[in-house]
Order: sequence, then C-alpha cells, then structure tokens
Amino acid sequence: MRPRRFIAPSAVPWLIGAAAYFFIPLIATFLFSLESNTTGKCCTLHSYGWVVHNGAFWHTIKISFLLSLETIAISLVIFVPTIYWVHLKVPKLRPVFAFMALVPFVVPPIVLVVGLLGLYKGTPSWFYAQPWGFLAAAYVILAFPYMFFSLDAGFRAIDVHTLTDASQSLGSSWPRTLLTVILPNIRAAALAGAFLALAIVMGEYTIASLSQFQTFPIFLQYTNETQAYPAAALTLLSFAITWAAMLSLLFVGRKRGARAGLMTGAR
Amino acid sequence: MAYLELRDLHRYFGDLRALDGVHVELEQGEFLSLLGPSGCGKTTALRLVAGFDRPDAGSIVVDGKDVTHTSPSKRDMGMVFQAYSLFPNMTAAQNVEFGLKIRGRHRTDRHKRVGELLELVGLGEAGNRYPHQLSGGMQQRVALARALAIEPRVLLLDEPLSALDAKVRVQLREEIRRIQLELGITTLYVTHDQEEALSISDHVAVMFGGRIEQMGSPAEMYSAPATPFVAEFIGTMNRLEATVVDGGSGAVEHGGVTLTLSAARGRQRGDRVLVLVRPETVELAAANGDAGANTLVGEVITQTFLGPVTRLKIVGVDADLIADVPTAKAAALPVGSRVNATLPAEGARLLELTDEPLPDIPEEPGPAGP
Repeated sequence: MRPRRFIAPSAVPWLIGAAAYFFIPLIATFLFSLESNTTGKCCTLHSYGWVVHNGAFWHTIKISFLLSLETIAISLVIFVPTIYWVHLKVPKLRPVFAFMALVPFVVPPIVLVVGLLGLYKGTPSWFYAQPWGFLAAAYVILAFPYMFFSLDAGFRAIDVHTLTDASQSLGSSWPRTLLTVILPNIRAAALAGAFLALAIVMGEYTIASLSQFQTFPIFLQYTNETQAYPAAALTLLSFAITWAAMLSLLFVGRKRGARAGLMTGAR
Repeated sequence: MAYLELRDLHRYFGDLRALDGVHVELEQGEFLSLLGPSGCGKTTALRLVAGFDRPDAGSIVVDGKDVTHTSPSKRDMGMVFQAYSLFPNMTAAQNVEFGLKIRGRHRTDRHKRVGELLELVGLGEAGNRYPHQLSGGMQQRVALARALAIEPRVLLLDEPLSALDAKVRVQLREEIRRIQLELGITTLYVTHDQEEALSISDHVAVMFGGRIEQMGSPAEMYSAPATPFVAEFIGTMNRLEATVVDGGSGAVEHGGVTLTLSAARGRQRGDRVLVLVRPETVELAAANGDAGANTLVGEVITQTFLGPVTRLKIVGVDADLIADVPTAKAAALPVGSRVNATLPAEGARLLELTDEPLPDIPEEPGPAGP
C-alpha cells in the first residue's frame, strides 16, 4: 500500500507563494527592527528593549486585551441565547438578524463613532468616559457580524430542536439546557467568533482615536509617527502577543472540549 | 379512571387541522401504538403529551392530574426521538445520568442506576463511549436507557426505529417490548410501520386526517377493520364493491357474480357494500371447467416471492385480486395461467359503501437523519 501523501504536489507552489506572501513582510519588518535607532546599522535588539521597557506599551496593550475579553464576554452573553432562541422558536427571523449583522460592514467606523458619541452623550461618566463602557459597547457592535455568522453556523450544525426537547423531557430548565447541552456543542463556533472579536479589538484604531481613548493601536500609531525602528519591533511584538492570545484561547477551548469528549466528527 | 387520558384533543396549524378530536384512554402499564401515514397527526399527539406543544382544545390527564399546561420539564415523561438525540458532548453513561443529576440524586445512586440501565439495554460495556462511537441502534438503546432513568410516568417513543436497518429494527422493537413489560411502564409509541405496531402493542390506534379511525387490539385491527382506510392500512386487503341481493342468505352481487357471505346476512336488499377479503383467505386453483360458488375467474399477471408465501396478482373479468398462496403451491399457478379464486364465505368483512372516495395513503418519507 502506497504511503498517503499529506500534500498534493500541485498544491506545493501555491503553498510556497502563500507562505512568501505571509512571511516576507514579517522578515523584512524583523530585519528593519534590528537596525540601530541612532546609526541605522544592523544588528541590535535596542528597539525591542525600548518597547519592553516602555510603560505605555504595557498599559495600552493591557487595555486592548481586557477590552477584547470584555467584548467577547458581552457578545457571547448577548448573542448565544439570542441566536439559540431564533433557531429554536422564530427561525423566520434569522434572515432579519443576518441582514442586521451586515450593517457594521456597511457603516464605516468613522460614521459609527460619530453616531455613538451622539447617542451615548449624557450617559453616566463611568460609561461614557471609560473604555470599558463606551468602547466596549462600540466593539460589541463591530464584533456582531463575526459573532453572528460563527454562532449561526454552529447552531446550524447541531439539531437544536431535538437536543432541547430531549434535555427538557429529562427535566432540564432553559438555562441548564443552554449551558450544559447546547453551549458545549457550539464551542468551536463560539471560539471562532471569539478569535475574530479579539483580532478586531486588538487592531481597532478609528473609534478609539476619535473617542480619545488610549488603546494599543493608538500607541502603535504614535510610535510609528515618531520612531521608525522601535515601531517595527512594536509591530512584531504586538503580532506575537495577539497570536499568543489566540493560541491560548484555542488551547483552553480544545482542552475543555477534549475533556468533555467533543471531538472531530462527534456529530 | 384510566391512567393516561387524551381528552378530545384539537390542534390547528393555520388552516391545517392536525388533530381533530383525538380521544384515548390507556391503563397503567399498557402499550399503545399510534399508527398512521405521514401527516395523520400521530407525532403531533405525542408532542402534546410530552408538553412540547399545547392543544388548541382538549386536555391531557395523567394519573388523574391534568398536565395540559405543565411544562415538559415537569411532566416526568421519558421520550425517545426519531432523530438521534444523545448529547454529543457526553458519554453514554453521562447521557443516562443527565436526568438523575437534575433530580439531585446522590452520586452513588446515580452510578448504580446508570449501570443497571445500560445492562438492561445490553450496553453494559459501552458506558464510556461517546455517541459518535456508537452505531445507530446502540444510540437508540442509550436514548431508551436515558428516558427510563428518570422513572417516567409515561414512556413516549417517536418512531425510534425508523433510522435503523431492518434487522436491528426487529431486534430492538422486541427489546423495547421486553423492557416495557419488565418495568410495567405505560407507553405511547408512534410509528408508520404497521408490522411494528401490531407486533409489540397491547392496543393500536390507527390515525388518519387528525382523527383516530379505529382503536383496538392488534388482532381486532387486523381481523375486523372498521373503516376502508384501516382495512387498507393494516395489512393488504382486497376491496370489492358489491350490492346486497338477498339479506336472508347473505348473497351479494359483484361484477355479475353472486357471492354468498355470512357477513351480508341481515342486510337490506340493494345496500351497497364494500367486501373486504384478506389475500391469505383467497383460495386459488387452476381454472378447470366451471367455477364453483363464491369463485371469480382471472389470470395471474405477477408473482412476488415473500418467503413462506408467494403473492399473486390476478386480473379477471370480474375483479382484480391479490392472493397469497404457500410458495410450494405457487409453481402450479405460473404467470399467464387462468385461475379460479374462491372467496371465503365466513372470513370476508363487509362495510357500508359511501359516496366518499376511498382514501389514498400518502407515502411515508424516509427517516430523518441526525
């Protein structure tokens, strides 16, 4: 029996092309970041030292990361029960939700922020003047399409009606059905939505800038305008941190999934 | 008072009358099958009993208590579904344990009960397997164990075997009956398979158009169908339209041939009747000379081998008939041969013939996938 090939030969050039498209800018940025900020000559880790010892870097990346987690948490709390209910009780409303989910794609962030600033004007300062209030609310809107389409695909992949009926006939309440039966079976979809929300919030500039909050993309932009070499190092570090955050989310999700027995092909 | 009562249930979906006055009474420990073609209302009735849907009129009473407006989670009804319904994120044992956890049973009790139930359904070794590691039949066994774990007041089964292959279906339906008798649990079973219903039930209710056409024991349903639909749906039936000629002797006329049937005695001359004759009661012989009493003449046009019997389709001048003959004798009546088909004087059943057209039985769709 011939050993099974993992990659078809015809796919190799395409993979090499894709890898080059992805890695060449990273390598170029890395090489640029190794040049000295004063002499412009290679090779020094001075720019990385500047980033790591910069308090503003840690402060802003912490804000952006916590905002990401807040956005993910709020989105899941709002959208999981809502989409579950739509699938279970009012499937006719699904196209309406799908249309609404497209709105954040259509409305540019600059228009969105002007509208939100007007809408939320007069709300308490703990909400309006804090990133955890105003920005999180805006980011939940931005994350809506990604969360909706990920979760919607997850709900479509399971037999929501039968699982719900089975759970209820055994005496389970609605919240218990959602938490113990439905949620574990849409975990992959929820994780996918969470990754996308994380990526969006970590890189969102327009709304944070116009509403005058100091988030990581604002710091990145400021560094880029003032110091070329540390900006390259900052770009790479932020890239690495975002990927590390995504991988840790994936790791946590997979670990729980494996413990609960949710494996590929479980359905 | 009956243990389970469905009192005059009505359910409408827009203009569609899904249930139109369904009334059922079932004693504790009895097994009732709701049998009918697709769209007859049998699953709607079951879902009303489970509490997943509410009737527009009528009530459901269990053990003297009206549960019509009780939520499904509080009804104590164990249910096995047509689609595979095990929770994919839980093992077989965890699935069975689910209802017991909700009821706050102690961990030791739970594990003991789960072990007993998995043994009962023949899956004592499969407790640690996930649903995707089980075959369809095994999944339905686990679903049955899960439904029984909560010691339900009524066990509801919604076509639980329809997604399984023929051999497993027969095996599992016998196990369902064995377990039901062993536990003495009141059971409502929905199926479109008449063989399944007749083989495992205490009572069968044939439904059509949202109504119960007839309810009775399997033997009654088979031997004494009350309506043309039941006659057609349960088993295979020859249907001959006839007119009563003499109520005293039981003579009826069909296509110019006079048949003498004891069921026609006492009828008024001129009454239009439907003569129902089971294929296995028709006697066939090669046509030699004159036909005797109660005999129709025809030609064999097809033979279908069914194992112990062979089914012959006969087209004649007088009528089209279906007859089952022992396979050993079928060779003597090949396709194309002329035969005398003698109808039984005693075994035939008569129904009033109305002007309503005889119902067509809609084809049952294939089983729903998971």
